[in-house]
Amino acid sequence: MEIPYTVSTRPDTGLWNAKIGIWLFLASEVMLFGALFSAYIFLRIDAAPGTWPHGLLNVPVGTMNTAILILSSVTVVLAWAALKMRRYRAYWWYMLATITCGVIFLTVKLAYEWPQKFEHFGAYIKPEALAKYEQYLGNERRIEKGFEPRIEITGHLHSQNAKEYEVALDPVNADPDNPVMDRPHFFPLPVTDKIATIEKADVQRATMFLPTHSAYFASYFTITGLHGLHVLGGVIVFIYMWLPVSKKLYQRNPEHLANRVEVSGLFWHFVDLVWIFVFPLFYLL
Amino acid sequence: MDSSASIETHHDPHSHAAEHEHHELGWWRKYIFSTDHKVIGIQYGLCGLAFLFLGFCLMMLMRWQLAYPGQALPVIGKFLPHIFGAGSMPDGKMTPDFYNSLGAMHGTIMIFLGVVPLAFAAFGNFVVPLQIGAPDMTFPKVNAASFWAFAVGGVIMLISFFVPGGAAKSGWTSYTPLAAFADSGPGHDPLFNGQTLWLIGFIFLITSSLLGAVNFITTIIQLRAKGLTWMRLPFFVWAQFVTAFLLLLAFPPLEAAIVMQLMDRVAHTSFFLPSGLVVNGAPVSISGGGSPLLWQHLFWFLGHPEVYVLILPAFGIVAEILANNSRKPLWGYKSVVFSVLVIGFLSFVVWAHHMWLTGMGSAVSAFFQTTTLLISIPSVIILSAFFISLWGGSIRFNVPMLFTIAFLPMFGIGGLTGIPLAFNSADLYLHDTYYVIAHFHYIVAPGTIFGLFAGVYYWFPKATGRKMSEFWGKVHFWPTLICMNMIFLPMFLQGMAGMHRRWYDGGQGWNVANEHTVWGLTGFQWNQPISWAAWIMGLAQIPFIINFFWSIKHGGKVNDNPWEATTLEWTAPSPPPHGNFVDIPVAYRGPYEYSLPGRERDFTMQNEPVEPSERTRRKPPAEPVLV
Repeated sequence: MEIPYTVSTRPDTGLWNAKIGIWLFLASEVMLFGALFSAYIFLRIDAAPGTWPHGLLNVPVGTMNTAILILSSVTVVLAWAALKMRRYRAYWWYMLATITCGVIFLTVKLAYEWPQKFEHFGAYIKPEALAKYEQYLGNERRIEKGFEPRIEITGHLHSQNAKEYEVALDPVNADPDNPVMDRPHFFPLPVTDKIATIEKADVQRATMFLPTHSAYFASYFTITGLHGLHVLGGVIVFIYMWLPVSKKLYQRNPEHLANRVEVSGLFWHFVDLVWIFVFPLFYLL
Repeated sequence: MDSSASIETHHDPHSHAAEHEHHELGWWRKYIFSTDHKVIGIQYGLCGLAFLFLGFCLMMLMRWQLAYPGQALPVIGKFLPHIFGAGSMPDGKMTPDFYNSLGAMHGTIMIFLGVVPLAFAAFGNFVVPLQIGAPDMTFPKVNAASFWAFAVGGVIMLISFFVPGGAAKSGWTSYTPLAAFADSGPGHDPLFNGQTLWLIGFIFLITSSLLGAVNFITTIIQLRAKGLTWMRLPFFVWAQFVTAFLLLLAFPPLEAAIVMQLMDRVAHTSFFLPSGLVVNGAPVSISGGGSPLLWQHLFWFLGHPEVYVLILPAFGIVAEILANNSRKPLWGYKSVVFSVLVIGFLSFVVWAHHMWLTGMGSAVSAFFQTTTLLISIPSVIILSAFFISLWGGSIRFNVPMLFTIAFLPMFGIGGLTGIPLAFNSADLYLHDTYYVIAHFHYIVAPGTIFGLFAGVYYWFPKATGRKMSEFWGKVHFWPTLICMNMIFLPMFLQGMAGMHRRWYDGGQGWNVANEHTVWGLTGFQWNQPISWAAWIMGLAQIPFIINFFWSIKHGGKVNDNPWEATTLEWTAPSPPPHGNFVDIPVAYRGPYEYSLPGRERDFTMQNEPVEPSERTRRKPPAEPVLV
């Protein structure tokens, strides 16, 4: 028994099965990420003034990752085109390039961006103690200018004891009145060597930049984590199509392999597209 | 091609299968890890029926506590602590926690492990490819993956009963912040606790539905037989088509919500937890800034389309059986098809009518109130078309038809009693009372489940080549119908008297429940007749279970088309072999050509070519115009 239209198209719809399948799957993916992005938007609208962080992510690295993903979307199209022209060698190289891009993206995310966050520390100051830390927060000037107040002191946690934290401050807390610090920077500034002592009694909540830190990091890690899983899934599928096992399919029915690449390429474009939303929402806005 | 000859003969499936199969598959590949849509459909069906019965058993336990709160359950009560742990029913008396577990899991199991797998996955898998003349689903392996994801999800849900602390107990809706803190703390495993397993199980169930939905839609678009145009599709296929879209698009937002609640529980984020939350008298150390309402919106964004996932396949089954047994074409086929499409669309914009009490504001409420009333229009069109289909038919009162006919008024009651709930002013009073329970159970219990029973009796001969006993079918039907009404009708009264749906002691301790009497019984006292009706209904399922299994081997043998139906599945041998059809079917006509004038038989199958005489009769020659 053969299932019709796996490779050839059905005359009245003009499509083969998997192409409809993948578009339907992508529609459901849109709903999945759509729900997560909506959640992000509503949490952000709901956030109390000053609680939504800005400028905590590494924009140049994010830009590079964006470029890498877009590049991989190009190479996967070239791989598909090479198959259509029955140039297996070229296909093999383009596929390898795509896989490499995916792996670089994941490595940057998991080995660099995320761990950097895990090492960063933030302490939310109790409202009644904010004045005590005015030298790190610069709220008098901010209120004068009509900005949201700062309520968190961030940096690297040097040491802590039962009573206090010692934090090597981020530039924004080291020099809070500097107008340069009013906006996030494109190139992230390194942590300064200025040490602040924060009493635990004055702290409402203090954590590393983990999902528990804030609604912002909760959505950041959830969405980028889920997106990362999608990238991983795509890479695994591409590796399967790149391995010799798929060459056998190519020799038997090259169009079938081309269709598979087309379908997984569509998925890959979608993953890319999700990132195009993630990047401005979390890194830039 | 004259197919009437092939209908009368009984095909031996094995001789045919052997012609096409190069190698016989082993028993495991054939019956357990199969990729054949019929086997997967039957697997889903058996699992779905088993889960339905399990969910019903949980409810029968709850009914004891409601009718006789605080009293020891005789006989069974002694054994349950050994199964569910000492904290469930010490000395046969139910603890509040265990009652809550039963309630939450009754809803979850009935909807997501019982009705959806049976209505959508089982009937859809078995019947849809046969009705459209396809050899299988488009993606057989994905189909198998869908079933196994469902099986894993189901097993996880079952396991959750046996972890320390018991199964999820925050209601089937798992509202936050309650659900974010339930089943945590001392005595609970951080991961293997009821609520967390509920969430993990759900991820598998959603994956299963997603894979199934993609497969169904692609199959219906791509594998329709030659000549089977969209308007020649049996209504059942249309219903499954729309259902698949609902599952495809409504489940992912719930999946997102599930992931977020899982993060709240495991990674201690605050997606659904507001700032300044106090639990058990102590402030919680969380970042806050989340929104409990966000969960409700995401949950009901699935939850409402889900209601139509439950009812549309039943509509489809009812349409098939109704046309078949009234020996008339389905009345208003096109309006019914367009109505089901409109229902599918509108069901995405009504969800917040579950949330009138959250204070969304009158503008939002007015919007959702309007859409909710709008969606009743296509539902009424469908129901009216079904009723009119009976008019002037020569009705055959067999068991599938009995369930089908019972479906119509039962669904009618369920639908009409929903209208007061659609108005937010009326709902303020009725919300979370037994009135709501009665309303939606009329839709899904004597509604959907009657449709499912009808479908089981109707397609059983196609799956096995044998018929289920008519007599025992009637023994199953009548007590079930009577008990259903004895259970749910009084609940409307209880609800209007103000009884809350989640009272653990059945209202014994609340004055409200004891103030008003109806026919001499107070709201609380009504629990006893309701419970007895539920238990009798439990007994009434025994004839069905025995009939079902006995008939697989010993039921009366039937030909390929025992109901003298018209759709394509009845042109295949019973049971259909791997690949389904002996001759690839071609459709020449619509799905319900019953009692066509000038024919020998009162049914004309879809694969019977249109005869020249028919053509002329259908298009009468133009009258000559006299000048």
